[in-house]
Amino acid sequence: MATPIKVNRIGLEPQVYKGGKTTLCAGCGHNAISERIIDAFYEMGVDPRQVIKLSGIGCSSKSPAYFLGGSHGFNAVHGRMPSVGTGAMLANQKLIAIGVSGDGDTGAIGIGQFVHLMRRNLPIIYIIEDNGCYGLTKGQFSPTADLGSKLKSGVVNDLQPIDTCALAIQLGATFVARSFSGDKRQLLALLKAALSHRGTVMLDVISPCVTFNDHEGSTKSYAYVKEHDEPLEEVSFVPFFEDITVDYDPGTTQEVKMHDGSRLLLKKLEESYDPTDKMAAMRVLHEATRRGEFATGIIYIEPDRDDFLRQLNIVDEPLGSLPLERTRPPKAALDEIMESLR
Amino acid sequence: MSPTDVVSQEKTTPSRTRVVNDFSIQVATVNGSGSQTANLVLLRSILMMGIPVSGKNMFPSNIAGLPTWYTIRASKRGYIARKKEVDFLVAMNVETAKEDVMTLDAGAAVIYDEPLKLSSLRSDLTFYPVPFDTLVKEVCPDAKLRRLVRNMIYDGILAKLLGIDMAVMEQALQKQMGKKAKAVVLNQGALKAGWDYAEANFTKQDPFHIERMNETAGKILIEGNAAAAIGCMMAGVTVVAWYPITPSSSLCESLIGYMRKYRMDKETGKATFAIVQAEDEIASLGMVIGAGWAGARAMTATAGPGISLMSEFAGLAYYAETPAVIFDVQRVGPSTGLPTRTAQGDLLSTAFLSHGDTKHILLIPHSVEECYEIAMQAFDLSERFQTPIFVMMDLDLGMNNWMSNGFEYPTKPIDRGKVLTADILKKLGEWGRYKDVDGDGIAYRTIPGDGLPVFFTRGSGHNDKAQYSERPDDYVNNVDRLTRKFETARTFVPAPVVETAKDATIGIIGYGTSHWAITESRDQLLEDTKVSTSYLRVRAYPFNDDMVTFIDAHERIYIVEQNRDAQLAMLLKLELSPERCAKLRSVLHYNGLPMDARSVTDDILAQEGFEVAKRETSSASSSNYGGE
Repeated sequence: MATPIKVNRIGLEPQVYKGGKTTLCAGCGHNAISERIIDAFYEMGVDPRQVIKLSGIGCSSKSPAYFLGGSHGFNAVHGRMPSVGTGAMLANQKLIAIGVSGDGDTGAIGIGQFVHLMRRNLPIIYIIEDNGCYGLTKGQFSPTADLGSKLKSGVVNDLQPIDTCALAIQLGATFVARSFSGDKRQLLALLKAALSHRGTVMLDVISPCVTFNDHEGSTKSYAYVKEHDEPLEEVSFVPFFEDITVDYDPGTTQEVKMHDGSRLLLKKLEESYDPTDKMAAMRVLHEATRRGEFATGIIYIEPDRDDFLRQLNIVDEPLGSLPLERTRPPKAALDEIMESLR
Repeated sequence: MSPTDVVSQEKTTPSRTRVVNDFSIQVATVNGSGSQTANLVLLRSILMMGIPVSGKNMFPSNIAGLPTWYTIRASKRGYIARKKEVDFLVAMNVETAKEDVMTLDAGAAVIYDEPLKLSSLRSDLTFYPVPFDTLVKEVCPDAKLRRLVRNMIYDGILAKLLGIDMAVMEQALQKQMGKKAKAVVLNQGALKAGWDYAEANFTKQDPFHIERMNETAGKILIEGNAAAAIGCMMAGVTVVAWYPITPSSSLCESLIGYMRKYRMDKETGKATFAIVQAEDEIASLGMVIGAGWAGARAMTATAGPGISLMSEFAGLAYYAETPAVIFDVQRVGPSTGLPTRTAQGDLLSTAFLSHGDTKHILLIPHSVEECYEIAMQAFDLSERFQTPIFVMMDLDLGMNNWMSNGFEYPTKPIDRGKVLTADILKKLGEWGRYKDVDGDGIAYRTIPGDGLPVFFTRGSGHNDKAQYSERPDDYVNNVDRLTRKFETARTFVPAPVVETAKDATIGIIGYGTSHWAITESRDQLLEDTKVSTSYLRVRAYPFNDDMVTFIDAHERIYIVEQNRDAQLAMLLKLELSPERCAKLRSVLHYNGLPMDARSVTDDILAQEGFEVAKRETSSASSSNYGGE
C-alpha cells in the first residue's frame, strides 16, 4: 500500500511549491531562504496561482526562479522591483506579492524605490537577502557592509552602513524583522507571520555569500553572524486556521494579533523589549550595531494600520478585470463634459 | 488722446481698410498677475461670437514676476496656428513694454497702462492709454483683490474697441468663473469699467473689428492634455502613475478630476481606478509596467526628461512584452532652460528608447480631438501588441486652449489583445508565452491570478516558453519575432492623412501641431505664389506604405518639423532607398514657439528659389526672457 501523499490545508503537495533548480553557489544563504519560503507558503496553504514573485537584479534577485514554480514571476530592472510590485498590486489587490531583493539592489541603486515602498505600506513581503557585497559582479562592497568589514582583497569598509531595518521603521513600514539564513526556525516563523500581515513586511535576512564574503575579517560570514546573532525574542506563530491553545506567561511572552486572526507569540529574550514601540525598536537596532551584533526577530510591528490599497479606496474587485461597463463612463458623462467646454 | 471722429479718421488714412475677424491680440503681462482669466474670457467671447479663434500662452518657468505673453488669434478662415505678427498689443508689463511696442508692424494698435508712457515711442501705431490703477480702485474697494480684477478691465476696453458684444463677454466670464458669485460680480464691474472708460475717452482709430459669424456652433475649447485625459478615461484606464513635470502635469491632474467625478462606483462609492503620484518617472513607468502585466490598462504622462529616465524600463517592457501607455508632452531640452516652450524634439530618442535592439510604436496627434481618439487607440494598441505605446504630444497642443468639435462617444468595444483563455488553450494544445502561433509576431499572454499557466517574466534572455535561456538561437528567434510584431504594427497604427493636389510636384510631410501652420502655409503658397502642394500628415511610427507612394508621386518633399535635427526625416531615411532619400528637404522650426505659417511658406519658397523678403520677428520670438 502506497503511503498517503502529504498535502497542505488547500490540498496541494509540497512539490507544487518548489521552483527550478538553483544556479546559485553551493552553500549560498539565499538557497536556505528559498527553502524557508517554500515551507512557509506550503504550511500556510497559500494558493501559488495567487502569488506574484518579484525581484530586481543580482544573485538574490535570481532566487524567485527557485521557489513557487506555480506562481507568476517578474524579474524587473536593477533596484526597481518595488514599482513593478506596486503596479501589479494596484491592478489586482487579491494577489499576494513577495519581492526578493539584495543589499545592493535595495541599499544602492534601489534605495529611492525602497524608501517610497516603505512609506506607502503596500501589501508586500519584501525580503532583502543581505550579504554585504555584490556577488554577481564578484564581491564589491554594498551599502550594508559594516564599518571595518574586510573584503577578500584586504580592502576595509570605512563608510557607514545603511541599516535597512532602522530605515524601514523610520519610513513607516509596519512589519520590520531581521533574521539569519542559518536560523531555520526563526526565519520560518517570521515568513509565516509575514503572510498574515496586511501591509509592508520588510524582512532583512543576513545571508552569507560563501564565495566572496565568508572569510576572516568579514562581518557577514557564517562564523561571524552565528557568533553575533542576538535574537530579541523566541518567535512562535499560531496560524488562524489552527485552533491551538498555547500556554504562555504574559510576563515574559507578548502576543500580537495579526490581521487575519493569526497570533504571534514573542517570548522575550531581551528584557522588557516591546516590538510595538517604535522608539524602543530604533534603540535596540542602534545598540546592537554599536556592540557589533545583529538584533534579530520581530523588531517592529504595527498590525492595524491601513495599507496603501485601502487608502486609495479602490473597489473590491481587481481593477485589471473590471468589465468595460464599469470603466467607461456612459455617453451622458461625455456629453456633460463637452457641454461644460462650450 | 483727443477724441476723433471715426469717419474723418478713416478719410485721413484711406489705406487703413477695415480688418474684420482676421488679426491677433497679444497681452503682455507679468506671470502670477491673474491675467489668465481675463485672457480666457476674451478668447471664449470671440469664440461665442462665432469666430474661429486660438490662444497661445507663452510663459516663463516661474511662479510669479516674469514676463508672459498671451496671443489670441481670430481668423475668419479658421486658421488656428500661431500668427507671427501682432496686430493689437495690450501692454501691461513695464519690463517688456518698450520692446513689445518697438517690434510691432506699422499700423498695429496698443492698449497700455498709462504710466508706461508708450505713445511717444512710435508715430505709426494707434495708442490707447488706460489708467488701470485708477479704474481698478473704483470697482474694487478691497485692495487685496485688485490684482485679480485689474486685468479684466482690458477685456472691457477691447470689447468696446473691437466690437465684442458685452453680453457675450459677460456670459464668457460666467463660464470661466463658474459658481464663484462674488468673483463674477467683481469682474463684471471691472469689465464694465473698461467698456465705460473706452466709450467715454476713445474714438476707434485702428482698423480691427470683431463681427459676428456662424463658424463655431457646437465648438468646444479645451487643452490637449485635458482631451487626452478624457480619452484615457473613456478607454477604461484603471491604473495611473505619474510624476509632476511641465508640460505634462495637467494631463494627469485633469484625469484625476474627471475620474473622481465619473469613475466612482455607483453602489460602493469606491474608485474603479488607482492614481499614484510616484517618486520619479522611473517608478511611474515601473508601476505602469507592473499594472499592465497584472491586467490593468495603465498609463503615465511625462516630458522629455522623464522619457530619458524611463529608458531602461521601456526596454524591459519591450522585451518582456508588457503593455504600457506613455504620453510624452514634448518640450524644449533638459534641465532648466526652456521647459515651458514647445518642441518636437523627442521623436528620435523615443522611437529607439532604451538599450539593445529596441523599436517603439509612436502615435502622434495633431489636434485635441486626436488627443482624445489616439489616447483610446493607444490602450488598444498597447494590449494588442503587448508593448509600450508612446503618444507624442507637445506643449503647444497639451497646454494651450484649442477650438474643436465636440468629441464622439466611442462606439467600438475595447481591444484587450491576445489574452489566453481556457478555450484558446484547449485549441492551441500547447502554450508558450512567447510562441508566435499566428505568424503576426504576437503571442498569447496570461495574467497573474487568472488561474491559467504561469510564466516568469524577464528581459531579453528567454525562449518562447519564457524559460531562461542564453542560447544564441533562442535570442535570435525572439528578436526576429519582435521585428515581425513591429511589421504587423504598420497596418494597425493610425494611417497617415494624405491630401493630394493633382498638379503638385511638391509634397509636404508634417506631424503633430505643425499641421496647423502647414495647412495655412499651403494656402499661402497657392494663393500668393501659385505653388500647389500635396500633404501627408504622419500619425504614427512605424510608417506604412502610403509614405513611399506619396514620396514617389512628388519631385520634392519638404518635411516640416519642430526640431533642429530633422528627426522625422532621419527616421524616414532609415527605411527609404537612396533615390527617395534624395528627394527629402527639411523645414525646421526650433525656437520654442509654436510654428507659424509664414515661416514655413518663406522657407519652402526660399528652397524653391523664390525671392523671399526678410521679415522681422515678433516681440515674443525675439525676447530672451526665461526663468528657473
